[in-house]
Amino acid sequence: MDYYLSVATFAALNVVLALGLNMISGFCGQVSLGHAAFYGLGAYAAALCSVAGVPFVASIAVGILVAGAFGVVVGFAALRVREDFLAIVTMGVGFLFLGVVRKQSWLGAEMGISKIPSPLDKTGYALLAIGAAITVVLLSLHVRRSWMGRAFDAVAQDEDAARTIGVDVAGYKTTAFLLGTATAGLAGAIYAHMTQLIVPDAFNFVQSITILAMVVVGGIGSTLGVVLGAVLLTVMPELFRFINDYKLLVYGALLLVVMRFSPEGLAGLYRRVSGRRLA
Amino acid sequence: MTMLAVENLSIAFGGVRAVADLSLAVQRGELLGLIGPNGAGKTTLLRLMTGVLVPDTGVVRVDGRDITRMPIHRRAQLGFVLTHQVVRPFREMSLLENVMIAAAQRQMRNPWRALVSVDTREARERAMRLLERLGIADAAAKSARSVPLGYLKRMQVARALALDPQLLLLDEPLAGLNYTEARRLADLIVELNAGGLTIVLVEHNLGEVTRIASRLLVLHNGATLAQGAPREVMARSDVRSAYLGGESVAFA
Repeated sequence: MDYYLSVATFAALNVVLALGLNMISGFCGQVSLGHAAFYGLGAYAAALCSVAGVPFVASIAVGILVAGAFGVVVGFAALRVREDFLAIVTMGVGFLFLGVVRKQSWLGAEMGISKIPSPLDKTGYALLAIGAAITVVLLSLHVRRSWMGRAFDAVAQDEDAARTIGVDVAGYKTTAFLLGTATAGLAGAIYAHMTQLIVPDAFNFVQSITILAMVVVGGIGSTLGVVLGAVLLTVMPELFRFINDYKLLVYGALLLVVMRFSPEGLAGLYRRVSGRRLA
Repeated sequence: MTMLAVENLSIAFGGVRAVADLSLAVQRGELLGLIGPNGAGKTTLLRLMTGVLVPDTGVVRVDGRDITRMPIHRRAQLGFVLTHQVVRPFREMSLLENVMIAAAQRQMRNPWRALVSVDTREARERAMRLLERLGIADAAAKSARSVPLGYLKRMQVARALALDPQLLLLDEPLAGLNYTEARRLADLIVELNAGGLTIVLVEHNLGEVTRIASRLLVLHNGATLAQGAPREVMARSDVRSAYLGGESVAFA
C-alpha cells in the first residue's frame, strides 16, 4: 500500500511539474531546459525554512515564492534571447543551480539537507500532492480559456505581431515564467517534506529532461495530454525497472520518436482518433 | 492641428542612411499618402513612427509628447497602429480569432486582468462586425494559413481597426489585391478617414493613392522630395524622375 501511495504522490508531483513547464513552453512558447532548477529551489527554500522551525504551510509558501521569484528573473532572460538561445540559457540556469548548491555548505553541499521535519504521513502527502495537482490542472485549464491563454498563444505564435496589436509581450512572458516556476516550487516544497532528505542530484539535468519528456509525450500545449504524459512516465519506470538505469537514453529516444511520428504527443493521437481536440 | 510630428529623424543600417534628417507633421484627421521609389525609406519611416525601430537621432511626438522610446505595445494601446507590408497573421488561429485578440485589447492589457477575463462574446461580435465591414466575413472560421493573401491583407486592416486606432499607419495595404478588391479597400480607407481617423498610407498603387489621399509626401533617399496636393505633386518633374529614373511617363 505504501508503495502505491508513493507512486501516486510522485505521479501527482510530476503532473504539477509538467503542467508548470507546459505553461511556459506549451502555452507561451518559451523553451526551458532547466525546469528542475525551480523544483530544486522550491525544495531547498522550503527545507531550510522547516529546518529553521518555520511552520509547514509557511515553508511551502516560501518554496513557491522563491522559485517564482527566480523564475521571473529567468523570464527576463527570455526577453533578450529566443528559441535555441533561450534553450541554452535555461539549461545553463539548471547547471548554475546545481553548481552553486553543490558547493555551499549552508545548503549541505553534496550531502544535501536531511532531517527535514515531516508533519504528515504518507497518505497525507499523497492527498496533498494530488490536491496540488488538481489545483494546477484547474488553473491550467482556466488559463487556456481566459484571455491570458489567448495572449500567451499570440506570443507563442508571433511575438512581433503580438506587440503591434498591443500585447505586452514582456509582461506575458514573465507571467508565464512566474506561474510555471512557482508551481515547480510548490512541487519541490512538498517533495522535500515528504522525503525529509534532499540532495542536489534530485534536481539535475536528467530531471529537467524527464519533465520535458512528460510534456512532449503528453502533447505540448494540451493540459490533459500533459497530465497523461506525466502519469505514464512516472508509472512506466516502475513497471519496467530497467528504464531507471537508462533513463536519459529511453527518454531521449522517446522524445525523438514522438517528435518524428506525433509531434503533438498523446493529445495529437487523441485528436486524430476521435476528431476532437483535447483540452 | 498636428497629431504626429517627426523631427530630424535619422537612422542608418550599416552605413546606409535609410532615413536622413527627416521632419514631417501629420495633421489630425488627414489622409497622408507616403510614396517614393523602392528603398526611399517609407517602411523604415513607418517603423520609426510605431517603435519597431528606434532612431539614431531625432524625436517622434504625439500631441507634443515625446514617444521616441515608448515600447511598441504601449503605442498600440495608445491607438498607434501599424499594418505590415508582409501580413503577419497568427497562423494557427482563424481569421475571426486573429481579429478577436485585437478586439480584446482592454481585457489583455494586464496579464492578471486577462487571467480573470473569460468572456469572449463582446470581442467576438466586434471582430465579426469588422470582418463584415472588410467583406471577409465568409472566411471568419477559416484558418489564417488557408486563406488567400487578399483576405489576409484585409484581415490585417480589421485587426488594426479592432484596436480603436487614433492613427492608422498602413504599409501597402493594397498590394496583392486585385483591382476590385483594391478599389473597395481604398474606398473603405476614405470612409474611415471621413469618420475622423487619421491615416498615413504607404502605397505603390499610385492611381489609388492619388485618388484618395488628402496630401501626398514623396520620399527619396530617406528625405522629403516633395509634398502637397496629390495632383500637383504627381505633376512635378523631379518626382517623376525620382520614381522612374529619368523617364517621364504619365501617371494615373
